[in-house]
Amino acid sequence: MVHHHSNPSPLTDMSQLFFLVWLRKNLFNSWINTILTILLGTLLFNSLLKFGHWAGNFAKWEVIPQNLPLYFVGRFPPGEYWRLWLFLSLLMLMTGLTWGVLTRLSKGYLFNPTVLCGLALAVLTISIWPFIGDQPLLIRLQLSGLIVLLSVTAQISYWCGHPSFPWGQRLTLGWVVIFLIGLWLIMGGLGLPAISSIAWGGVLLTALMSLVSSILSFPFGILLALGRQSSLPVIRGLSTLYIELVRGMPLITILFVGLIMVPLFLPSGWRLDVVFRAILGLTLFVSAYLAETIRGGLQAIPKGQFEAANSLGLNTPLTLGLIILPQALKISIPAIVGLFISLLQDTTLVSIVGLFDLLGISRSILANPIFIGRHAEVYLFIGVLYWLLCYLMSQGSRYLEKQLRSHP
Amino acid sequence: MVSRHSSDTPIPLWRDERFIRWGLQTLVLAVVIGVMGIMVVNMNRNLQQLGRQFDYTFLKNQSGFNIGEHILPYSPDDTYGWALWVGYVNTLRLILVGFVATTGVGILAGIASFSDNWLIRRLNLIYVEIVRNTPLLLQLFFWYLVVFFGLSDGSGVRRLAGIVYISKKGLYLPWPANTVSTWVAIVSVFLLAFIAYYIWRWNLRQMEQFGRPSGIPRLLLWGIGAIALLLLSVGLNWSFPFLSNDKLIIGGVRISLEYAAMLSGLTFYTGAFIAEIVRAGIQSVSKGQWEAARSLGLKTSAAMRLVVLPQALRVIIPSLNGQYMHLAKNSSLALAIGYPDIIATGQTTQNQTGRAVEIVLLWAVTYLTMNLLISLVMNRLNQSVQIQER
Amino acid sequence: MRKVGLIAALLSLSIAACVTNNPTPTSTSGESPAAGIPDSSRLAAIKGRGKLICGVEGTIPGFSFVDPSGKYSGLDVDVCRAVAAAIFNTATDIDSKIEYRNLDSTARFPALQNGEVDMLSRNTTWTLSRDSSGGNGLEFGPTTFFDGQGVLVSKASGIKDFAGLNGKSICVETGTTTELNLASRAKQNNITVNEVKFQDSNAAAAAYAEGRCEAFTSDRSQLAAKRTGLAKPDDHILLDDVLSKEPLGPVTINNDSALFDVVRWVTYGLFQAEEFGITQANVSTKLKDANPDVQNFLGTQGDLGKQLGLSNDFLVQSIQAVGNYGEIFERNVGTNSKLKIDRGLNKLWTNGGLIYSPPFR
Repeated sequence: MVHHHSNPSPLTDMSQLFFLVWLRKNLFNSWINTILTILLGTLLFNSLLKFGHWAGNFAKWEVIPQNLPLYFVGRFPPGEYWRLWLFLSLLMLMTGLTWGVLTRLSKGYLFNPTVLCGLALAVLTISIWPFIGDQPLLIRLQLSGLIVLLSVTAQISYWCGHPSFPWGQRLTLGWVVIFLIGLWLIMGGLGLPAISSIAWGGVLLTALMSLVSSILSFPFGILLALGRQSSLPVIRGLSTLYIELVRGMPLITILFVGLIMVPLFLPSGWRLDVVFRAILGLTLFVSAYLAETIRGGLQAIPKGQFEAANSLGLNTPLTLGLIILPQALKISIPAIVGLFISLLQDTTLVSIVGLFDLLGISRSILANPIFIGRHAEVYLFIGVLYWLLCYLMSQGSRYLEKQLRSHP
Repeated sequence: MVSRHSSDTPIPLWRDERFIRWGLQTLVLAVVIGVMGIMVVNMNRNLQQLGRQFDYTFLKNQSGFNIGEHILPYSPDDTYGWALWVGYVNTLRLILVGFVATTGVGILAGIASFSDNWLIRRLNLIYVEIVRNTPLLLQLFFWYLVVFFGLSDGSGVRRLAGIVYISKKGLYLPWPANTVSTWVAIVSVFLLAFIAYYIWRWNLRQMEQFGRPSGIPRLLLWGIGAIALLLLSVGLNWSFPFLSNDKLIIGGVRISLEYAAMLSGLTFYTGAFIAEIVRAGIQSVSKGQWEAARSLGLKTSAAMRLVVLPQALRVIIPSLNGQYMHLAKNSSLALAIGYPDIIATGQTTQNQTGRAVEIVLLWAVTYLTMNLLISLVMNRLNQSVQIQER
Repeated sequence: MRKVGLIAALLSLSIAACVTNNPTPTSTSGESPAAGIPDSSRLAAIKGRGKLICGVEGTIPGFSFVDPSGKYSGLDVDVCRAVAAAIFNTATDIDSKIEYRNLDSTARFPALQNGEVDMLSRNTTWTLSRDSSGGNGLEFGPTTFFDGQGVLVSKASGIKDFAGLNGKSICVETGTTTELNLASRAKQNNITVNEVKFQDSNAAAAAYAEGRCEAFTSDRSQLAAKRTGLAKPDDHILLDDVLSKEPLGPVTINNDSALFDVVRWVTYGLFQAEEFGITQANVSTKLKDANPDVQNFLGTQGDLGKQLGLSNDFLVQSIQAVGNYGEIFERNVGTNSKLKIDRGLNKLWTNGGLIYSPPFR
């Protein structure tokens, strides 16, 4: 729609006319649509009005800023926050690098309007958010620093991203290193004071669990998918059995298996940390679904590929590893990302078994006598957080997919 | 990778295809059996250390706990086995109603994305995007704690939309009273539907034969519809909830807030996914089919009903199977809300008896059979809509 | 593919790092092996680990409560501390030797059974089915708090007694004896109550505070504690009806008598110390007490500690860490604390209560 604030001119009339035509065409083109539009419009308007009234007058939003650290990192000891800041900076560095290079390779624009909009929104949020604590200014500076870091790294790597350099491998290696450093910073050990997994919580735990279990599920998923396609009856049977068993059960029962039965399966005296048992349960669960997704990709590969590889003298493992799997995985990327988004959502179930992920920590905040009854505020807030995480994931994957397609 | 040996030397064992095949399979089988064996041995030893044995006799013991809502008769004097069965029936009550409701919502939302009304398309998009990008468990909490408890706020009773009451104890809806005439009316409506179906078929045949609908069947159908409507509105003896003088709600049917929250959450969550399936299904029918139907003189609604939808169903139904299975599995989240389904009653049982392994196995078997059944039914349905090759 | 292999190897390494195999000290190692501890006992594992993992509730002021800075306090917590002090033979900075684990009512028994925690000190009622090997297969230590189940209602609700709950909704924690008692009392009184069940006491209390239930039932001590957290504590009253006997105490696993004996006798030691008049302040002077019973008790003579697989002065450490039972009670829940609970049944047997320790000989 076009808006003009200048004095009436023929152009305004035109745009008004256009608007009227648009209205007539899209909202009032038949009597049924007219009724529906008026009905839904009033309903929508009313709800928005009521929501605004509630949000402005009745909602007590201080439950959000007062517990901000809890939502994001749970009971992580405040004295060790620097580790998370460090990790975040590294993450931003790596994201900027990847983004810049990929954009350069695909000859795209780094700061297109959408990205600029997102960055502006982030800066705005940072500057007006009511941080509670000793040094709100410091947190603001730190957060803005991260954004600056991201943009600057992206810009620099965009300039330096020479297409002849083998970026793909380096970036992958970089991400692996970052991931391991992140694990070390979060868990501690090797010189840093160890932080017990009970202290992990909030977004940190949610992200950690979904990331680790999605990475761990990859080898299992691929093996299961290949096993199910295999011509060896025993392997096919076992893979099919596993996949169908897991897919037939709700996640919550599998989490109970991980939490209650796994300790029974271990030799006495062995203990597996509760967070890792939850990750194990999630991994067992998502592998079965991943296997089915990858199987879809495998089935899309024409038989000729197998035959061609065989006639080149490649044996089965090499054919699979070098020819078939890369293609199958590439085809299934959108489906796999969809799966990991639902895995991220599924991590909320660990709150039922007593872990403090983003939902779990919110429930414990809501049980605090001071914040009793603030369900709407808290659930809206974490709903937005989850939505943002999922949205960023799907956008990121779409971007990646586009880059991969334009620059194989 | 070029083999060096000449063709007359025997192939070494480790390169013999048959050997590799069997060797690999034996190895995998051995590893799987080995790992399982170790796990079972460990489990037995660990259970023994706890002084317990794997057995199901505890199911015959008296449960002693209460179940908040149940269709089957139940009291704390009943056995654990019966308590679990009551929980299972609660699960079934949730998912069966859920199937119907979510199919309705999904189809409606799926068709809405083709609406020529901008507002409807937008709202539909927002609904699908929000629901699909937030966790179901969070949505369930939202329905339960924010929506339903928000509506039933305060100590009193609230009246919604004239005929529905809500209080802390539940949602009170109009419901057919349990009288003879109600049952007669229900049976007659079914009979009428049966007759209407055959008239509709006859009408179709007429159309195929003469190229135009004849007036009589159509008139008959309208008549049947009118009678059915009359029966439904009057014959069912609707009992409306109302507030008595001593502030009690009388009449209608009470559904607990937990059940209402679970049902709404599951319905709208799965509905968003079904909407996408329906949309994709309709889109998969080629434009030529529309055009052909229109050029035969069919109106838009008739083209949708008679040409496009039957073809779209072939794409939609196989995917629906997965969604129904998801809904059945997701019903297990009732545990978080406090609706006493099989998981929640099992959890309480496990707590009272300490029989974790037995209960987890029971859950697994329950859900596996349930999903198997869903698959069987859906496959049957699928077969009936697929193209019958001549 | 090589890289994938590398990642997989690194990942499996990091996972392997999270599986801890508690080394069980073998009797051949030079240090004086504790006579009575079999390798299979968790007591050996605790000593090897250097930390006692104690399962607590964590949200009940006075019994076990964790403040925002992560510090634990309460009667149940002090029992953990006393046991840890005895096992590790030290009273200084005892919290560094304990890992507390907050457990809700549904998680507590599985956590104990599968070895996630070594002991529970968490408002757990002693019942036959929980104790027997045919039931939950647990071992109950001496009762540290004799409690009864009560009902909390708001004054405005007008509910005066248990029978007044007819047709009302009542918040209850699932997986507890209170849940079972409520069902059987309701049956006895021929009333129907609408139970709204929650997995942890916090959620149940929060739901009550929000008005989702008209009443809240739990152990009376716990209700007293939760009432202090309500917006207007004086608007709520505890009904006079006591629905049940709730003996609460520490719990360990069945078939591990070495650990169980330690927990049992350390707890008894706290009772006995009060009877002897040994306090946190005077325990060091009492070491020179002439009474042979006290000398036996504090390990200046005899080998009572050795027999348990501990050092002889294990009770000195426990008392130095937390004081005797009377001190623990007064500090956490007594009339001078926020909870203001009268000692009642929890007086020493010499004062007409039920707190009684078998002789230390």
